[in-house]
Amino acid sequence: MSTPHQTMTSDHAVDHAHDIDRQVRIYITVFVSLMALTIITVAISRFHPPVAVAVSIAMLVATIKGSLVACYFMHLISEKKLIYAVMALTVVFFVVLLAVPVITHNNGFWIH
Amino acid sequence: MEIPYTVELRRDTGLNNGKIGIWLFLASEVMLFGALFASYILIRTGSPNWPRGDTILNVPLATFNTIVLISSSVTMVMAWASLKRNRFGTFRMYQASTVLLGGVFLVVKYFEYSHKFENGLFPSTSNFLALYFTLTGLHMLHVIGGMAVNTYFWGPGAKLWKTNPDWFTNRVEHAGLFWHFVDLVWIFLFPTLYLL
Repeated sequence: MSTPHQTMTSDHAVDHAHDIDRQVRIYITVFVSLMALTIITVAISRFHPPVAVAVSIAMLVATIKGSLVACYFMHLISEKKLIYAVMALTVVFFVVLLAVPVITHNNGFWIH
Repeated sequence: MEIPYTVELRRDTGLNNGKIGIWLFLASEVMLFGALFASYILIRTGSPNWPRGDTILNVPLATFNTIVLISSSVTMVMAWASLKRNRFGTFRMYQASTVLLGGVFLVVKYFEYSHKFENGLFPSTSNFLALYFTLTGLHMLHVIGGMAVNTYFWGPGAKLWKTNPDWFTNRVEHAGLFWHFVDLVWIFLFPTLYLL
């Protein structure tokens, strides 16, 4: 059922194939990194650090993992400006949303 | 009537319509889960006693599920890359793997939920469990939705490959963006609920 893309010249097809091969290598590297970071997250939690430290480390590692997924699997690293604008606006509202309960609650568990 | 800008890029956005559509949808999804995470912070900070997730929940099972979901993200992106390489057979293999891994995730969640219910742990039992069931339940609905779309592109939807391979490749990419988002949400849910 394979249907070749008719409009592609042979030179372009070779360049294109190299690009995809390079991307696939990146995907595998990201996959290994995500696995390693998952193990690190679970391993650190086993030491039962203080809550503030545990939250900081867990969210830092999760942010790194999330960034890897967004940048490489979702191709955010090479997207158009409009997508960046949409996501930047979303991030601003998301941060405000999360900040509201934090700044309005002065005896949060990380302050103790 | 032909749907415009499914493959060719619009001059004003530099994108095809499907791409901008799925990103706008994901932006709304970020706010949906953001509201629930904000609720989690508010309830947790307001509670004098908050249990560690690993005293109630099964961390090894959740770790396994994290690995399953990350693996499914890789198979999803490999399915798209296979289409870019004009390898339809490989695409189907990776796409089927993605759906199967989603199924494995749901089966594990079924066992987790069953165990909780057998032990009398329900959403009404505590604030922690209410948040756990709400957040993971909503996430599971997204997994089911993603699996439905991915199954469609693996099966009947794949007919488009014969007539318009570029459009089909874009559709798979957009379905993949949603699937990766579901993975991304779990990446934050896992430590928040199970490890802290």
